[in-house]
Amino acid sequence: MTEVAAPTKELLTASGLQMHFPVRATGLFSRKAGVVQAVDGIDLTVHEGESFGLVGESGCGKSTTGRLIARLLEPTGGSITYDGKDITHATRKQLAPIRTEIQMIFQDPYSSLNPRHTVGSIIAGPMEVNGINPPGGRQKRVQELLETVGLNPEHYNRYPHEFSGGQRQRIGIARALALQPKLIVADEPVSALDVSIQAQVVNLLQRLQRELGIAFVFIAHDLAVVRHFSQRIAVMYLGKIVEIADRADLYNNPHHPYTHALLSSVPDADPDSEKHRERIRLTGDVPSPINPPSGCRFRTRCWKAQDICASEEPPLVQLSGATEGHRAACHFPEARQVMPE
Amino acid sequence: MTILSVRDLKVHFSTEDGVVKAVDGLSFDLAKGKTLGIVGESGSGKSVSNLAILGLHNPKTTTIGGEIRFNDQQLVGASEKAMQKLRGNGISMIFQDPLTSLSPYYTVGEQIAETYRRHTGATKKKAWARAVEMLKKVGIPQPERRAKQYPHEFSGGMRQRAMIAIALCCDPALLIADEPTTALDVTVQAQILDLLRELQSEFETAIILITHDMGVVAQMADDVLVMYAGRAVERGTVREVLKTPEHPYSWGLLSSIPHLGGDVDVPLVPVRGTPPSLIDPPTGCPFNPRCDYRDRVPDSRCTTERPLLAPADGHGSACHLAAADKKLIRTDELQRLG
Repeated sequence: MTEVAAPTKELLTASGLQMHFPVRATGLFSRKAGVVQAVDGIDLTVHEGESFGLVGESGCGKSTTGRLIARLLEPTGGSITYDGKDITHATRKQLAPIRTEIQMIFQDPYSSLNPRHTVGSIIAGPMEVNGINPPGGRQKRVQELLETVGLNPEHYNRYPHEFSGGQRQRIGIARALALQPKLIVADEPVSALDVSIQAQVVNLLQRLQRELGIAFVFIAHDLAVVRHFSQRIAVMYLGKIVEIADRADLYNNPHHPYTHALLSSVPDADPDSEKHRERIRLTGDVPSPINPPSGCRFRTRCWKAQDICASEEPPLVQLSGATEGHRAACHFPEARQVMPE
Repeated sequence: MTILSVRDLKVHFSTEDGVVKAVDGLSFDLAKGKTLGIVGESGSGKSVSNLAILGLHNPKTTTIGGEIRFNDQQLVGASEKAMQKLRGNGISMIFQDPLTSLSPYYTVGEQIAETYRRHTGATKKKAWARAVEMLKKVGIPQPERRAKQYPHEFSGGMRQRAMIAIALCCDPALLIADEPTTALDVTVQAQILDLLRELQSEFETAIILITHDMGVVAQMADDVLVMYAGRAVERGTVREVLKTPEHPYSWGLLSSIPHLGGDVDVPLVPVRGTPPSLIDPPTGCPFNPRCDYRDRVPDSRCTTERPLLAPADGHGSACHLAAADKKLIRTDELQRLG
């Protein structure tokens, strides 16, 4: 397995990133409203041209993290630095030039395209908003983009309903490419698509990442898809990063119990490989992010939990004996083989 | 012992645009205590065919043809009264989204008890006891307390457990599970699949598992049916279909998904194009416009003649390619994929 070697320039850095959503109290006397700790102090760095994967189960805060990175949300704590500039609390005006460089691709290709606009005006939208007139005109650029994503350039006059799910996702990708971004946040870009179509879109994104050198933050719950697409991957649980590593290290040498459980739960399509595989089954459900467990947030479902796990929160630290950059937040980290043969 | 036998099932819907042939000649058998996995993409007819088994289609717009025999009872054309007796009793179903398939106005316990009373005529007290017992069986902690709660007080995984409790409370011979874990997280999915397996061996229920996830099929199914455009294109044991698939569409499905242990440098091989319209399906083999190998079949049979699932029993596929050609192509492809 070859990995992208030379570390390139840091493009985006988040440190201590925090997003607490206020919960409005219901009922007459419950005055004190709580907060949903959707993202609670995460550090991550995305390098130029790299694909960074974020995995985790629903409610772990991966989508919120994506929205924070694209600055669609203003964080309640911590900081985001993009290309050397602090954009944590940047105003709309200050953000305008950066918005052209960070784009998003959404999960649902049906709700993310305006049904009343033609494909041409959807893709030209970002250029219009930013007053960009590419050489040769917007229409020519739209047609180039349609071609780049594998659609017929003559179809710019059609409406979204005339396209299938996979084709619509391509339209969303063309729109994200319109301003030649440096970073694309792709939030579950293939999970709404049929399996045979998923591969088409994954291959397209991979080609774009390589040919155009765009950095990706690839958010997905499908561990196999993330592994295929991302060079570096962070696993999130209840608003925190619990483990972060290069692809090969994370999948072949995972250290956090939650990563073990997650990987061991993915059913493999080979009926024979299942027999030799270690089965780790978590009990119970993810606790509420309004009132997360003290100390380590995973401890309520962890088979290794001891007293210290409840009293002290484990920091995300470099693991001794592991590759540089392989960090986990656990008091009792341990390498374990859970992948199918 | 075969409990369900489907022969040449056709489910056609009349719409403004024409007749949608959602299922067009589907046949399979299912034995007691076994699991049949039906895989395919959206619109391949996997859900529609199973709704037909339960008689859940609107009779005004739907034409159902062929035969569905459940324990020697003919279900095609059976009266609504007969079907009502069967649903939830002989045949049960669990759906993808447990929140929309449970009633928000009744407690979970009431919903289980209602099903039980309806089919057994048990007293309210007995039915409630059964509800609590079932909740315990599906692994819900504190079942007495939980039975009195409403679906919104349950988490996604718990709701699916409650659905399973409703489905199995009358000890049905056949359980149809339509994407039972698609809406769930992967760690919860693993729990639910384990639970279904345990309950199946306890109750000897036959299961039809509808899914698009090859991993789920590999873990759960004894036999597999691959559906495409309303027809079965391949049938066999789980090992036959996943290890030595014969139909080009099955090859496509398997090579288009990334495997956890796969080589990340090998690109995925998508099935090109999109699924066909079911109003005006392609002539001949419905897969031929997306198939890379149709030129290897002489006399353009792929575009003129509809291939049948052959041989009639065991591992078979509906494809005109000669067996030797298939082997050759598949060996080549696997080598290319490493």
